[in-house]
Amino acid sequence: MSFDQMYREVILDHYKNPRGHGVIEDADARAEGMNPLCGDEVTISVAFGDDGETIEDVMFEGRGCAISQAATSMLMDMVKGRKASEIAAMPKDELLDEVGIPLTPIRLKCALLGLGVLKVALNRAKGTPLPEEWAGMDELELK
Amino acid sequence: MAVTTPKLDAQKLRTDFPIFEQLIHGKPLAYLDSAVTAQKPRQVLDAMETFYETSYANVHRGVYTLSERATAAFEGARDKAAAFINAPSSREIVFTRQATEALNLVAYAWGMNNLGPGDIVVVTELEHHSNFVPWQYVAKRTGATFKMILLTETGELDLDELDAIADDGNVKIVANNLVSNSLGTINPVDKLAVWAHEQGAIMVVDAAQAAPHKRIDVQALGCDFLAFSAHKMCGPSGVGALWGRLELLEAMEPFNLGGHMIRRVRFEETTWGDVPHKFEAGTSPIAEAVGLGAAIDYLEGIGMDAIEAYEHELAAYALERLAEVPGITLYGPPAERRAGIVSFNLAEFHPHDVAQILDMEGIAIRAGHHCCQPLMERLGVPATNRASFYLYTVREEIDRLVDGLHKVQKVLG
Repeated sequence: MSFDQMYREVILDHYKNPRGHGVIEDADARAEGMNPLCGDEVTISVAFGDDGETIEDVMFEGRGCAISQAATSMLMDMVKGRKASEIAAMPKDELLDEVGIPLTPIRLKCALLGLGVLKVALNRAKGTPLPEEWAGMDELELK
Repeated sequence: MAVTTPKLDAQKLRTDFPIFEQLIHGKPLAYLDSAVTAQKPRQVLDAMETFYETSYANVHRGVYTLSERATAAFEGARDKAAAFINAPSSREIVFTRQATEALNLVAYAWGMNNLGPGDIVVVTELEHHSNFVPWQYVAKRTGATFKMILLTETGELDLDELDAIADDGNVKIVANNLVSNSLGTINPVDKLAVWAHEQGAIMVVDAAQAAPHKRIDVQALGCDFLAFSAHKMCGPSGVGALWGRLELLEAMEPFNLGGHMIRRVRFEETTWGDVPHKFEAGTSPIAEAVGLGAAIDYLEGIGMDAIEAYEHELAAYALERLAEVPGITLYGPPAERRAGIVSFNLAEFHPHDVAQILDMEGIAIRAGHHCCQPLMERLGVPATNRASFYLYTVREEIDRLVDGLHKVQKVLG
């Protein structure tokens, strides 16, 4: 893997200028999680539209490596305007394709942290199902 | 006449290590992660291969020639390990899988039977999890109190707080690493041992990071147990050693149970073999022990004093060069009080990103909590970068590290 593949322009752009960065006051759904291996942390808050189902706004806060923060930033762009049930069923590859870089098993957990946290938030607010067997997510602490 | 330490020629020693005969991402390998495990010289690899090819059999079992030969090599390694740390007797050396198992052995076989409510187990904020978690666990299981010696701002043990620690109970165990794997701090274990004995406690030393770095003398340290691993000192993974005072080892219950560690097995009762065999159930890491012996020969051939002096030189050079990098935070004591280990953070960049970008340059450093989460909490960071050096490290590799960090600044900044 070359250097440029991993830290390609779009990753660095999302890392340096994260989209949807912040906290939604009076959020309808909220969760936080961390990767104990490296200390990546992400907190996500969600506001639903009038139908109580569409993700009208979503924001994240966190600290950690460029991959975890950039992937979560990309996720914010991807899920806005979509339905909670659709995101609960969203396969991890949809995000990984967007991230678009080869990831070692260790870095895979970094890239998937935000998606895991978002699914927990939706599960908590809407009772949407959580992924069962999700390779690479087993060591994350999702609160 | 002044005693001079023979200089160590790292450039020449490097040729003993086959691992350096390759390129990583098209660049020469700069292995700056020796604190997690050291690379292996051909002398050690050859000794193990020759042993497998000419002398391998199980030990202490057969009456045939090959078994005697294997036993002699295995016990010879025990003698070398004893001499390496100036143990009074080879019988006081127990082979284990690594330092972690050696420390667990003491925690279980001594701790479980000698600790109870009102007793205090003392560790330090600088411990590797291997010398922290077993004591925390055993304290909890026995109802003893678990306490921690805190660090000063420079990453050294705050010994002024000792008497407060002993205030409300009987200190029974003091456990400390001789060299910190995370900050490189060389700890005043001899002073702690004196204090431990004043309290009627036993002193347990984790020497996993010290054994590769400096001459160890268990009698001068005044400790009661000391653990080390072969893999950090140019030997193979899979073997380590516990040294303990004979009278303590003899009074202790066994740890692992099974073959070889028994004297007599009857349905009603089993009695234990002599020390050290009482603690070596099952087939030992035989060739690995032979490899440990070869590693000791290799290090002694260079001279532990020369290795220590060279590591201090490298640490001083690294601290000086790294201080030039904008946005760097360096952790730990001054060079003269640390082994060849430097932990740092670069601006707000996560160590995993720093290490990943350096890897593209063929530079291997560790990024993470180094099995020292209590220490990371104290430093207020989730992780650090750690560069660590050994007898085969050359200054050019530290220069490449510094250049690499400038590149990280450019990419992520």
